[in-house]
Amino acid sequence: MSNLTRSTVRDSLSVAITVGTYGVAFGAASVAAGFTVLQSCLFSLLTFTGASQFAAVGVVASGGAAASAIAAATMLGTRNALYGIQMAPLLNVKGARRVLAAHVTIDESTGVALSQAPRGVAAMREGFWITGLGVFLFWNIFTLVGALGAKALGNPATWGLDAAVPAAFLGLLWPRLQTNFLRAVAVTSMAFAMLVTPWLAAGLPIIATTVVAVVLGWRAR
Amino acid sequence: MEGQVSSLAMWIVLGSTGVLCFSIKLLGHLVPEPWLANARLQRINALIPISLLSALVVAQGVVVKTHVVIDHRLAGLGVALAALFAKAPFPVVVVGAAVTSALVYHLH
Repeated sequence: MSNLTRSTVRDSLSVAITVGTYGVAFGAASVAAGFTVLQSCLFSLLTFTGASQFAAVGVVASGGAAASAIAAATMLGTRNALYGIQMAPLLNVKGARRVLAAHVTIDESTGVALSQAPRGVAAMREGFWITGLGVFLFWNIFTLVGALGAKALGNPATWGLDAAVPAAFLGLLWPRLQTNFLRAVAVTSMAFAMLVTPWLAAGLPIIATTVVAVVLGWRAR
Repeated sequence: MEGQVSSLAMWIVLGSTGVLCFSIKLLGHLVPEPWLANARLQRINALIPISLLSALVVAQGVVVKTHVVIDHRLAGLGVALAALFAKAPFPVVVVGAAVTSALVYHLH
């Protein structure tokens, strides 16, 4: 293995393992929301895009309707289409491989692929596949661990699981807040969500908050 | 925190979310580039995760049904925020919040 390849593999695996362990938080959140262990595992296998999964179980946990949960998860998933547009010409695969590539097109696989650009197209492809498949493997293993753990623990409040879930959302949000504008979007969204909470059915404030993204994103900053 | 959604509805959430999220991913690999390359669309799309995750922090951290409520969870979130400022890794953030919240819950 050349040094260049080894660096790409190392980058990909370190991301895959780190991010994969977040699956514990998802598995726990999913069971706390009332999903079974089997359903929690199917979520990670089939949906396989962390923020969307957290959103779906989060809306259900807050008492929202099924439609709100699906809408929130779908809107969070739209960014994966933009990643696919960037990755498709790079990967240049057809048939079953394209379907597999689509399934592992997430923040991390796209991020690592783009970060390998100085090492060339082969390294970018390698980074995409190792990261994507690696996150898939670890994310699913740790979802099961988290789901079984939460099931064994019982009442979410007893072990602080009810605070672990919003803390996980905060942890997912944090690395995205890289400019003052983005931080302002987050603070405005939180204020907006609190403001509309007493006026809307449970779960709907989460969907309604996308209005903030549309309004603030409409004009160039 | 237990949801009020029925067992069937949970399967619907699970199935629909899986199908829709995968379809979106596949769409990105199939459509010609210019279709989704609109600058405004991309800008809004980049902000949607931030807005939704922010709203989820609120919905899960300080809301019970349709009321804004301050309870043990906020103590946990405070610790999570401090951990993030201190550049702590994700598991420390989550576990720190859980331990703090559980302590406050039991002390009350």
